[in-house]
Amino acid sequence: MQVTSSVRQPLVTGGKTYHDVTHDVSRQVEGKPSMLWFLAFLTAAGVLALGSIALIATLWEGIGMWGLNKTVGWAWDITNFVWWVGIGHAGTLISAVLLLFRQKWRTSINRAAEAMTIFAVICAAMFPVIHMGRPWLGAYWALPLPNTFGSLWVNFNSPLLWDVFAISTYFSVSLVFWYIGLIPDFATIRDRATGLRKTIYGALSFGWDGAAKTWMRYESVSLILAGLATPLVLSVHTIVSFDFATSVIPGWHTTIFPPYFVAGAIFSGFAMVLTLMIVTRKVFKLEDYITIGHIELMNIVIIITGSIVGIAYITEFFIAWYSGVEAEQYAFINRATGPYWWAYWSMMTCNVISPQLFWIKKIRTSIVATFILSIVVNIGMWFERFVIIVTSLHRDYLPSSWAMFYPTWADVGVYLFTFGLFFTLFFLFAKFFPVINMAEVKAVLKSSSEKVEK
Amino acid sequence: MERDTHFILGVYEDEDVLLHAVEKVRSNGVKIHEVYTPYPIHGLEDVLGYKRSRLPIAAFLFGMLGTTLAMTMQFYMMSFDWPMIIGGKDYAAFPDFIPVGFEMTVLLAAFGMVGVFMISSNLKPWAQPRIFDIRSTDDKHIMAIDIANNSAMDLERIKEILKSSGATEINNKSFE
Repeated sequence: MQVTSSVRQPLVTGGKTYHDVTHDVSRQVEGKPSMLWFLAFLTAAGVLALGSIALIATLWEGIGMWGLNKTVGWAWDITNFVWWVGIGHAGTLISAVLLLFRQKWRTSINRAAEAMTIFAVICAAMFPVIHMGRPWLGAYWALPLPNTFGSLWVNFNSPLLWDVFAISTYFSVSLVFWYIGLIPDFATIRDRATGLRKTIYGALSFGWDGAAKTWMRYESVSLILAGLATPLVLSVHTIVSFDFATSVIPGWHTTIFPPYFVAGAIFSGFAMVLTLMIVTRKVFKLEDYITIGHIELMNIVIIITGSIVGIAYITEFFIAWYSGVEAEQYAFINRATGPYWWAYWSMMTCNVISPQLFWIKKIRTSIVATFILSIVVNIGMWFERFVIIVTSLHRDYLPSSWAMFYPTWADVGVYLFTFGLFFTLFFLFAKFFPVINMAEVKAVLKSSSEKVEK
Repeated sequence: MERDTHFILGVYEDEDVLLHAVEKVRSNGVKIHEVYTPYPIHGLEDVLGYKRSRLPIAAFLFGMLGTTLAMTMQFYMMSFDWPMIIGGKDYAAFPDFIPVGFEMTVLLAAFGMVGVFMISSNLKPWAQPRIFDIRSTDDKHIMAIDIANNSAMDLERIKEILKSSGATEINNKSFE
């Protein structure tokens, strides 16, 4: 038995019993959706519909619809890709790394965070796929398929190809991890339901019966999947950073990129988890499960990763000066004072200064402040990728090639499309799936609740 | 009496009571069919005397298969089938093959292990589970005892043991 100190804050408040956990979480799956949910869902679906106009235009006309030019050949598309992949890091981090570290507070938030991960990775994958121009032929460019050119294979020396493997592995392993966790909870809903719902959730629950032997295997599978997912989550953003670090563009060609990108990914991922969880706990009345304590702990992760990101920015600057490479020095001075100074300083303010506010206990335990800052962090992280990508490219090797990047309506529209997709999927998940891992919360209830049954 | 059809069920409310109950029931010579719980209880598999799961071994073997496949594929394609010098690197640029090697190791290990788990625990969308007590996915722990397996013992004696071990309810359940 694990003994939890009585000094610790309870993880679940409100004196919940096991049955209360089942009821509180299943309630929103079983009940009719609220007006608020319909409104939110329709807004998201509307944004999705609006954005798909831009997507269809891009696919129809080609990527000339975007504001790219000869000098800035990568801009919003790859910025959005890295941004979404970064957000997609929190879920697996919460469920895998915190499982290995035996952090029990993860149990109330891991389900929704993993769902967010999966949806964010889907949104991220949209961008390289669209950027192929003719995605229906993309399988030949991205996968080692035999073809009529000899076979001429894909290039395994390229980080772009490693990305294909990393992201598809990450997506499928996260999906399996998430679904294994859902099976016992689907069984709970099945056993409460009748009629059609019983059939549907019965199929989704894969015939789960909760036998001790199955639980033993389930625990074993969870632990190994966590062990596999931990290096996997670190490898994904490392490989994303290789897309830049292995090229010879000043401002990209640095060895600090992998750890710096991973820290940034966790930073933005936790911010997005907070944005979503603060809304979810309110709408579904789950304040007893996702407590201020949870929000505070996530804010602490944001301080740590935000500080790592801040140190990385300063280190990059220092190394540019210390290396004595003029091109590198110019790239960094240009970032801070060149035509994109406003993007650089937005990034600095949002990512380096704003998370430091969480040192103040009043701010990190305030829901309103956390909500605002979580959005600020994600704006900052979008600018970080924009700064790295566009400011490094827009000053080409020849001054005659110097250019600026201006987004078109299609750039904005495709970005909106992924927002619509993300929130549509998230709202569907929140309505039809149990948003909190009931079985895992029950497992920590006895040692961490204010009062248990009897 | 037929096996696997008639059961006595002990219903427990608390995980610690259940753990001691399992020990007590087994030490009294009653064979437990299975225990159904709403959430994983650590130590339950030990008191039930289950052997450790061999799923980690399956994961390791599938992982090795993934590494082998990835490395064979990359060396075949890049170094033998259509060798090309890319970025001044060797035909057999081993360091470049590590990322894909790693990803395929993880992919096959995860999917292989989960596949074995699904098969060994009979988890599939069309599976019809035998539900002993519908509350076992909510808030009750259900200990199922197969009457045919304990034919040497008196039924009343088994119920008495269950009662004294802390069961709050004792029910009978029969399947067709």
